[in-house]
Amino acid sequence: MPQQMPEQAARRAAIVQYEHVSKSYATAKLRRGAPGAVNDLSLTVPAGKICVLVGPSGCGKTTSLKMVNRLIEPTSGRILIDGADVADRDATELRREIGYVIQQVGLFPHQTIGANVAVVPRLLGWPAARQRARAEELLSLVGLDPALYRDRYPAQLSGGERQRVGVARALAADPPLMLMDEPFGAVDPIVRERLQNEFLRLQAELAKTILFVTHDIDEAIKLGDLVAVMQVGGHLEQFAPPAEILAAPASEFVADFVGADRGLKRLSLTRVGEVALQPVVTARVGDPAGEARARTFEDPFPYLLLLDPSDRPIGWVNQRHIPGTGTLAASLATPMSPLLDRRTTLKDALSMMLDADVQTGIVVDRAGRLRGVLTVEAIAAALRPSADPDGIAAGASGAGA
Amino acid sequence: MNLVTATAAWLTNPAHWAGQFGIPNRLLEHVLIASISLAIALLLALPAGLAIGHTGRGAAVAASVANLGRSLPSLAVIAIAIPITVLIDPVLGGTVLPTLVAMVVLAVPPILVNAYTGIAEVDRDLVEAGRGMGMREREILARIELPVALPVVLGGIRSAAVQIVATATLGAIFGGGGLGRFLVDGIAQNDDGQVFGGVLLVAALAIATEVAVGLLQRLARSPGLRRGGRGPALGIAPPPPVLGM
Repeated sequence: MPQQMPEQAARRAAIVQYEHVSKSYATAKLRRGAPGAVNDLSLTVPAGKICVLVGPSGCGKTTSLKMVNRLIEPTSGRILIDGADVADRDATELRREIGYVIQQVGLFPHQTIGANVAVVPRLLGWPAARQRARAEELLSLVGLDPALYRDRYPAQLSGGERQRVGVARALAADPPLMLMDEPFGAVDPIVRERLQNEFLRLQAELAKTILFVTHDIDEAIKLGDLVAVMQVGGHLEQFAPPAEILAAPASEFVADFVGADRGLKRLSLTRVGEVALQPVVTARVGDPAGEARARTFEDPFPYLLLLDPSDRPIGWVNQRHIPGTGTLAASLATPMSPLLDRRTTLKDALSMMLDADVQTGIVVDRAGRLRGVLTVEAIAAALRPSADPDGIAAGASGAGA
Repeated sequence: MNLVTATAAWLTNPAHWAGQFGIPNRLLEHVLIASISLAIALLLALPAGLAIGHTGRGAAVAASVANLGRSLPSLAVIAIAIPITVLIDPVLGGTVLPTLVAMVVLAVPPILVNAYTGIAEVDRDLVEAGRGMGMREREILARIELPVALPVVLGGIRSAAVQIVATATLGAIFGGGGLGRFLVDGIAQNDDGQVFGGVLLVAALAIATEVAVGLLQRLARSPGLRRGGRGPALGIAPPPPVLGM
């Protein structure tokens, strides 16, 4: 029965609730390598949030994920999507309304990229023209030029490109809920980093409800609005926003799992835009030099940041090198600190500053115009416990085991 | 007269290319009986092989059946079949039917084994992805497993078809038609030209069958499976050696 998802209804994000969900396996099956068991899992994923299930192998995170689209049936308990028990739905129809991405991507090697993206629309019986249009729209969305990629085959793509196609495919029918099982696990760290950033950018636009499984705590902290740390045997150890998990691990297991460097990890939770930036003495190319020089001596920081006419930073000028007369020339500026933007994490910012052997990073907006500077001291201040969790915690209250 | 000239003389004699007992008609009989037995074998083995490959159940039984089928000499099968087929049809049961049975018995193993191993070796991640996106089992088989495994499945059919073409020759011993007539009659008449002319014709038909199905096999392979055919990007391991050759 060809049925089309009403676009309006599908746009919204879903709420997912686990209610005392358990999954156990017979011992005989366990010996053959059955997936991890789950023990009395209760948690609520608010609409439009990324919930990361993280834990060591055998902790039941993948089992928990697959019970949502009924690839695995729970032994007891129920899972509700927008209040409706998934067990009451036809499994096939349910799955067509939930995006699904797996680590190995599982692109169909005999089909073109366009056909792969349109798998679910085709199952739903969309007209061919609409399938094609949707596939092209999604390829553009994940940063792949449709004209270039539509007619290629998966074997011709790199691992990172295949992952993007996998995400595009899962988004095809605009599902209110996405399940992602270690989607970036099979690519190298550099590509993974890029895919994660793109994924966050995409999610900022789409605001889907996403259940995301990983064994990588750094990935969990980076991507999750909420993180569910699970322990072998399928116990939920802590369910909280990442900042809270890092600041106040609920158990020794969580503290161990998060690692001794959890203070440092908190750096990746905060973005430059969330920290108060310092002003700095600036002047534009062509401004009178003497006046600019005088201003630098009023400021404790002995440098002038030289800008071009559009306020884009060119570089630093030591106050002693500023001539007393004439105008400022671009050639006075020496190579500058790393350029940061509001979306850069403090971890990346600090790393870039250490690499460049400087104490200060220059923060610019999208057009490259100066917003202010970020100092190492400001990063240290942001790490102090007082500077902590934000509004996300409200969404998580009342959940947890 | 040596063998070559005798064979050439027999093959080029226009009289041998006409009439009910001429080469074209015998060829037609041969192709007909081969096609019928291949069709029967496909009907028996293909759905079973696909089902076993998809579900993973019954592989052991299928392997036993296949081994049994391969280990039985065709002549023995014909001999066993005659008493039974005669009961079904007193005339054909003594000639064409037992040969047909033997050919089907011979053709089932490669079709069955290649179908189930081909399907079973399709990357389970593809199946998982398909199921997770909401494909029904039938859709998984038709849209993922079969297209990806098609070269392997067709490899089994190719091997079966070639064996059938060769084995159909035996039918003449039991009074059936086909190209085998020239061998049996040639030996009886001590006509070397006819014997080896028949041998050449059977061989040519077998090779033509091999080439034709091979071509089909190549056409049926998706370009996505053809290019860059190495590494984990492909959904399937290199095809196992075609069985029964």
